[in-house]
This record gives sequence, C-alpha cells and structure tokens, in this order.
Amino acid sequence: MAQQTLYDKLWDAHVVHLEDDGTALIYIDRHLVHEVTSPQAFEGLRVAGRKLWRISANLAVADHNVPTTDRSAGIADPVSRLQVDTLDANCRDFGIVEFAMNDPRQGIVHVIGPEQGATLPGMTVVCGDSHTSTHGAFACLAFGIGTSEVEHALATQCLLQKKSRNFLIDVDGALPRGVTAKDVALAVIRRLGAAGGTGHAVEYAGSTVRALSMEGRMTLCNLAIEAGARTGMVAVDQTTIDYLKGRPLAPKGEAWDRAVAHWRTLRSDPQAKFDRAETIDARALKPLVTWGTSPEMVVSVDERVPDPDKEKDAVRREGMERALVYMGLKPNTAITDIRIDKVFIGSCTNSRIEDLRAAAGVVRGKRVASNVRLALAVPGSGPVKKQAEKEGLDRIFRDAGFEWREPGCSMCLAMNADRLDPGERCASTSNRNFEGRQGTGGRTHLVSPEMAAAAAIAGHFVDVRNWR
Amino acid sequence: MEKFTVLHGIVAALDRANVDTDAIIPKQFLKSINRSGFGPNLFDAWRYLDEGQPDKPNEGRPLNPDFVLNQPRYKGASVLLARKNFGCGSSREHAPWALVDYGFRALIAPSFADIFCSNCYKNGLLPIVLAESQVDRLFHEAAAFPGYRLRIDLARQGVEMPDGATSQFDSDPFRKYCLLNGLDDIGLTLRHAEKIRAYEEKRKLEQPWLF
Repeated sequence: MAQQTLYDKLWDAHVVHLEDDGTALIYIDRHLVHEVTSPQAFEGLRVAGRKLWRISANLAVADHNVPTTDRSAGIADPVSRLQVDTLDANCRDFGIVEFAMNDPRQGIVHVIGPEQGATLPGMTVVCGDSHTSTHGAFACLAFGIGTSEVEHALATQCLLQKKSRNFLIDVDGALPRGVTAKDVALAVIRRLGAAGGTGHAVEYAGSTVRALSMEGRMTLCNLAIEAGARTGMVAVDQTTIDYLKGRPLAPKGEAWDRAVAHWRTLRSDPQAKFDRAETIDARALKPLVTWGTSPEMVVSVDERVPDPDKEKDAVRREGMERALVYMGLKPNTAITDIRIDKVFIGSCTNSRIEDLRAAAGVVRGKRVASNVRLALAVPGSGPVKKQAEKEGLDRIFRDAGFEWREPGCSMCLAMNADRLDPGERCASTSNRNFEGRQGTGGRTHLVSPEMAAAAAIAGHFVDVRNWR
Repeated sequence: MEKFTVLHGIVAALDRANVDTDAIIPKQFLKSINRSGFGPNLFDAWRYLDEGQPDKPNEGRPLNPDFVLNQPRYKGASVLLARKNFGCGSSREHAPWALVDYGFRALIAPSFADIFCSNCYKNGLLPIVLAESQVDRLFHEAAAFPGYRLRIDLARQGVEMPDGATSQFDSDPFRKYCLLNGLDDIGLTLRHAEKIRAYEEKRKLEQPWLF
C-alpha cells in the first residue's frame, strides 16, 4: 500500500462522497459549539425546518462572553447575556449537551474538548472558531469553520472540503531552559509568515514535539492558524494515550483497548511524501515576543524592534510602519526596554494546568511591578481551576498581586468586560496581536506564560532564561 | 444565497496586507444573534474616529476622512481590492456578512485566508485571486482613475479592465457551480443522505467508541 501521511489517513477515513472536481463530502465526528458563531446557524435550521443529523456528536459551551468575575448575578452586559441565553435555549430546543456558564465543567471550548475526552484521536473535529486546530494535537483532523458550515454540520454531520497539501514541520533537539511550546509556535510563524501555511495541513514532528506534553502540543497546534494553516496535527504516541486514559468521554474497558490499537496507527508512514517541509532547530530557539500587529511580526527577546527603513518590500514596509504607529514603538528599541501596563495569562493557547504551573513558578514569592495596573490569571476551564487551586497556584498568583479569575476566553478577545483601554500595552499569552483585539486601541505583545509572568514582575519584558 | 453571474462595479482599493477579520468586523458586533445589519460597522475601527458599539446608532458618528471607504470616489463600490492574506484570523462569518451588507460582491487580492475564503463562497461573495503584479496594476489604475470599474464574469472566470484587457482567475468547479446558481449547500448535501447513513453504519462497526 502507498505510504501515507497522517493527514492522508485522516482524510481518507472520512470521505463520504467525492465530486468530480475533488470536492469531498467529509464526515464530522465531533462538533463543538459556542455562543458567538452558532445562533444564526440554529436560526437557519429553524427557518428551513431542519433537524440535527446526530445530536450526540455535538457538545456546547459558552466561553467568549462569560464574565471571569463572580457569576452569581449573571452577565451584566445585556447584549452578551442575550447571546449566552440564546445558546442555552438552542441547546435545550435541539437536545444538545451544554456545559452552561455555572457548570463545573465549563471552560474554553478548546480546553474542555480534550479535557473531557470529547476529542479523541482519528476524529474530525470542527467548531465555529479558527483555533479548533488545537485538537490536532490528538491526531485529529480539526479545523475552524464559519457559521454556514456550523449549520451544515448540524444538519448533515458532514462538510464540503477540498483536500489540502501536506506540510511537515520537523522540530528537533531539546528546548533550552525558558523556551516553550509557545516559542516553537511563534518561531514557526516567524519562519513561514502569517500566510505561509495557507492551503496546507501541517504535521508537527521531530524529537522536540515528541518530548512535549499534550498541553504543549495543543499550544503548538493552536497557533497553526496564525501561520495560515487551517489545521495542525501531531501523531499519536504514549503521551497521547496516557493523557486520554480515564477521561469522562474516553472509551472504557474492551473498547479502550480496541481504540488504543487503532490510535497507534495514526502516524505518518516512514516514506510518506509531503508537499512541503521545514526544519526547526529547537536548540537555537530563544523566548519570542511579538512587536507588531500580526503574529509574524515577532523577534527574540534579546533583539530590537525592527527598522522599516531596512525593509526593501514596499507593502511590507508600509505594514511595519503602520504597526509601529499603532503599537507606539520606535524602531531599534530593545524588547527588554518595552514597559507594560497589563498582563494576561490565559486563552485557548495557554490556560491549561501546565501553563499555570509554569507562570506560577516564575511569580512565586515575588510582587507584580507597580506600573502594571492589572495582571490576570484566567484558567481555561473549571477542572483546570480546581486542579490549580488544589496545588495552591491560586495563592501564588494572588500573593504576587495577580487576579485569579473564573474560566473563559476573557482578555484574548475582550468580548466580556476584560479588556485593554486605548493605548494600554499588554504582555499576553493569547494568540492574536491584531489591532483592537484585546480592546480598541490596545497594544498586544504575544509571549509564553513564563515570559508574561516575568514581565508582570519586572514591569517590562525580560529574558526569562536568566530569571532567578 | 444570491447568485453571482456578472458584476460591473466600482473598485475600492484598500492597500494593506494581512487584513484580519477582527479589522473587518470588530468583536463587539459579534454579539449579535442576527445575520444582517453588519454593513454600517464594516471596518469600524478604521472607518470611524470613535468606538462603535452594537447598541449605539451609527448615524452622526465622526468618520475617519483618511479611510478609503469614506472617500467619495469609492461611493457605491462593489469590488474590494486588497493585498495578500486578506481575511486572516478569526473564522467569524460576520466578516463576509459585513462586506456583503455594505455592498461588496467581489474581492480581489493575491491571496485569501482559507476559512474566510470558504465563508465568502457561502454568502455569494466572490474572492478572486490574481498574481501580485496584476493586483499592483489594479491598485495603480484604481488610484489614477476615479470611478474605476471592473467587469467580473464568473462563468468565464475573467476580470475585464476598462481598456478591455482581461485577467483570468481560478475557481473550483463545484464552488463556481453553486455560486452561479445560488445553491444552498445543505440541500445539495442531503441528496447524499443514504451515503452518509451507510458511512455511519460502517464506522459504528469499526470504531464503536465514536458513537
């Protein structure tokens, strides 16, 4: 049999029907639903008098609009509240299991899927959210979709797709101290650019990836979309299987053994052909910090803000100049001289237990700098929060001057009350530094949890490799 | 979905790369539970000098005179010209909804982000990929000639310039067919309902833990 990539295998296993031009009808095993991108889809079903194709394939949660402060009084913003209420009503009407706002399992959709075992190897996983690529860490074909596709998946359990090209990103070597999965992901974006992976399905492989925990692999796959790739994935190994064992929705008993035997085949064959490949030497990586308004505008912590005058390409140069104006930065400023106003540790990129442990390790016994107005630690889910509290991480954050919050998307995109004010500068563990992303006029620098934590203490960016 | 056959429209030129969907429609407008009404908030943060809110009327808000869509010459534009990686970022379909609601029916750029591109096709909005050199030429011509129009013919996959020169573009036959006929994907897919059921039966035997 021909040698196949992991993506080829996942694709072939889900083709229900093929059109003459290669457009395929792909079966969807798991559909995750949240409040922002689903109301118009449910409305569309109602208008057309359509039912859900397979109710049990869906799992819903409210995450974007939920407050991260006390929830006993509900949501104050009436527009946000209506959206969350609408999700509750739609799930009730259509019979979908939902982790409502006050459910102990509630959290960010890309955190709860794997945590509950709703995400399993070999699945196709979709959600009306571009960071669905996160679930590829479990050797899933996982990708973000728009609301029309949400409706399509609800009504047919399928989506119309064209096959992407295969792209291998091989990361090798031990990560230096203070360098994390987030830095690997940012290094990939730096190498490829924000559109470099467009039209491709990325597989991350190599000794560095093998050594990463599932949390680290999720961070890596989460950011595939920021390099333009709709999906990123990692092959199954013992780390994957150990993570899933005992999860509430994971198979049990004999079914577990059968499942594991199948999951172990979910890897690229040794001679499989990729359309593109890139190699990254993990040993040479440093902590990275974005300086601009696209994740590709990123440099190492020991570098300086680049000078547009040295850029030859006119479109790029204008983009850099515009970004520097927006960010309020001068060319050639040392990254470690950039002072910050707020810190955000959270988001579907970096809000899992390992991220919180790493950040807590940096702030333990220290105090947030006086120029930092707000430092937020927002766990990704109820279970993550509970685990962190069991380990005393909440105390470490609080003692250092952080606010310890309820789970949700929070200041990653500021759809709730957590946001930057115009001109404020934030060290953020999230995924997008777009203009206005964290609040109109807000300035975002993307970093790892360790780097964000160190910046909170120092009041400016510091090289966490030298942290004591 | 509205059909797309031939469009002869004014071209607005937005000279930026990596225009993300947060810029196309900022997050505060994503709280809507409707599909329509996003046009007045298209490019809100660039288009107005104050911050827009979903429950705030747009009439009387101060416009940013430097933003392209506020320039009288682009009034009534139905074709948007942009640089590479247009529509990157969030999967929000509110982005094409806002573009269509404003009046755009076609977009031209050297590349589009994958999810955004797919969302456009679902909403009768045609994303056209042309080579950077051709996009450059269109930027120059749109700047030089106020009221600059292009004629876009989907059936022939051609963008015709005022001097009659035509650039060909690629289009997936299936997507093109759906757009030319204004077809609803769900209805098309449900023609394969038996195949979907058969697939599920087979999969239940092979991987019962998925059901």
